[in-house]
Amino acid sequence: MTTHYLILSGLLFAIGAIGVLTRRNAIVVFMCVELMLNACNLAFVTFARQVGNLEGQIIAFFVMVVAAAEVVVGLAIIVTIFRTRRSASVDDVNLLKY
Amino acid sequence: MNNTIVAPTIEYGTLAPLLLIFGAAIVGVLVEAFAPRYLRKAMQVPITLLSIAGAFALVILQVVSGDVPTTPVAMGALAVDGPSLFIWGVILVLSFVCVLLINDEGHFVASAAAVPGSADEEEAERSGSAHTEVYPLALFAIGGMLLFPAANDLLTMFVGLEVMSLPLYLLCGLARRRRLLSQEASMKYFLLGAFSSAFFLYGTAMIYGYAGTVSFAGISQAMATGALLDPLLLLGFSLLAVGLLFKLGAAPFQAWKPDVYQGAPTPITALMASGTLVAAVGALLRVFWAGLGNLDWNWRPVIWVIAALTMIVGSILAITQTDIKRMLAYSSIAHAGFLLVGVVATSSTAAGNAISMQAILFYLLVYGLATVGAFAVVTLVRDPGGEANHLSRWAGLGKRSPILAGVFAFFLLAFAGIPLTSGFFGKYAVFTAALASGREAGDSLGAWMTGLVVVGVVASAIAAFFYVRVIVLMFFNEPAADGPSIAIPSTGTVAVISIAMLVTVGVGVFPEPVLQLAHNAAAGLFIR
Repeated sequence: MTTHYLILSGLLFAIGAIGVLTRRNAIVVFMCVELMLNACNLAFVTFARQVGNLEGQIIAFFVMVVAAAEVVVGLAIIVTIFRTRRSASVDDVNLLKY
Repeated sequence: MNNTIVAPTIEYGTLAPLLLIFGAAIVGVLVEAFAPRYLRKAMQVPITLLSIAGAFALVILQVVSGDVPTTPVAMGALAVDGPSLFIWGVILVLSFVCVLLINDEGHFVASAAAVPGSADEEEAERSGSAHTEVYPLALFAIGGMLLFPAANDLLTMFVGLEVMSLPLYLLCGLARRRRLLSQEASMKYFLLGAFSSAFFLYGTAMIYGYAGTVSFAGISQAMATGALLDPLLLLGFSLLAVGLLFKLGAAPFQAWKPDVYQGAPTPITALMASGTLVAAVGALLRVFWAGLGNLDWNWRPVIWVIAALTMIVGSILAITQTDIKRMLAYSSIAHAGFLLVGVVATSSTAAGNAISMQAILFYLLVYGLATVGAFAVVTLVRDPGGEANHLSRWAGLGKRSPILAGVFAFFLLAFAGIPLTSGFFGKYAVFTAALASGREAGDSLGAWMTGLVVVGVVASAIAAFFYVRVIVLMFFNEPAADGPSIAIPSTGTVAVISIAMLVTVGVGVFPEPVLQLAHNAAAGLFIR
């Protein structure tokens, strides 16, 4: 039965998306994005099982590598912001508007 | 069971432009690691410019020699077809001129790690250190831009998307002046970009679940035989569209664009406004036409609405802007809408599709170059604290520096699509393609396409209002006593503005050669 895994993947993706929209700390927002990527991985692996080929499992490896690269870039940016403003809240970065 | 493992084949000749750019980027990283600091810039600039020029030469060589591959290369991962080669050529030209802008002094921070206003920052400025990492980062971004629209499966496209975006997130945060704005732009771009690429990836997963493969050939084959209203397929299509339309900056996913364009260093803004847009349109076209072509009854209405919304939102919000870079960002949103009109204009015949494709390819080239030219002018109008981006500071520029203001006015007229500029033929080609597509479909669908063109023309008229307003401001207002100074342009900036001007005028008067080139590139359509 692969349906349960797909439901779990959908739930994880939804939790991640809601977290991105509601959380205020940039690090937590970023972790929620990572959660969404992992939900994708779960979906890929489940579908690989369901359709009976290995493509989905291989894609999951690619996604992990991309997610790791994204962490490097993302943390660099968030740490720079934190050093400048002493805050990692996404509400505080509000100079650019309208 | 077949137990032999077949070694993969890689068509190195066809992929040479891509490999050259990525190879040069890696060499650039090695230079950063091993070359002494005083030598780095002297090594990075030639590596970057020569590799881009070399890649462009390889693309031209491939086109001239006529051996455009008719099947996907690299084990089906990439499709180097006519449209891909044209888009590669455009991206390489645009990135070459953007690198000339990047090369100018004073755009990038001396030390990104130093806190703004701290003693560290002062020290770094005094010692004259510079981030030459900008060049390899730009090369990686350019390589991603080449990979993104040429990808022949959704996985390669996702990797291309990230390779393009990750260096740009960093480059956005490296402005020398107004560093708080720059860092803020970087963070906003990063968080929203990562969010949207997660959507793209989940869409890919859904499509994989539907088709059992992520290659465009496999997807369209599965659609030819399977159900078209499968929830997995529809969900996958919607999520993919969110990811792609975000990169394009189409409404309602346009919110990041003005902020990021304003905060980023202007040469990087130029690279994003031209190269990224071209790559995103290419990828969007490939997903919708080559991958989801059989689903066009479902996606055409969606893109219709988004195209109309994007044109209207871009044009109307641009009127209220007071910052020149923000205004150009909204103008870029409006242009994304005009390009989407071409995406909707599909046809049941290959010849009809080729007309729409030709229009889009032509539009990409002329819009990209005019944009880079406009941002090059923006880098030259300066206040003591950096660029003078507030519109009020541009008042009377035409009296102080008639040539610069004249050139800028010309680019704005090209954006507005006034005849005798390249922008006119770009819009004309896209709108005619849309009308032709509607005529072919007949009755109610034809009326819808005509309606979209009417929206486009109205949006163009609204856009013309704010372009002309800037021209009036520059030429018919009195300059302020403490007005901005006009920097003496470097050779690179002069070259950028001249190239952009030459193409905008040249294509505006004699569009046939470029149209013919786009026609030849579009004739074969996408392979998959």
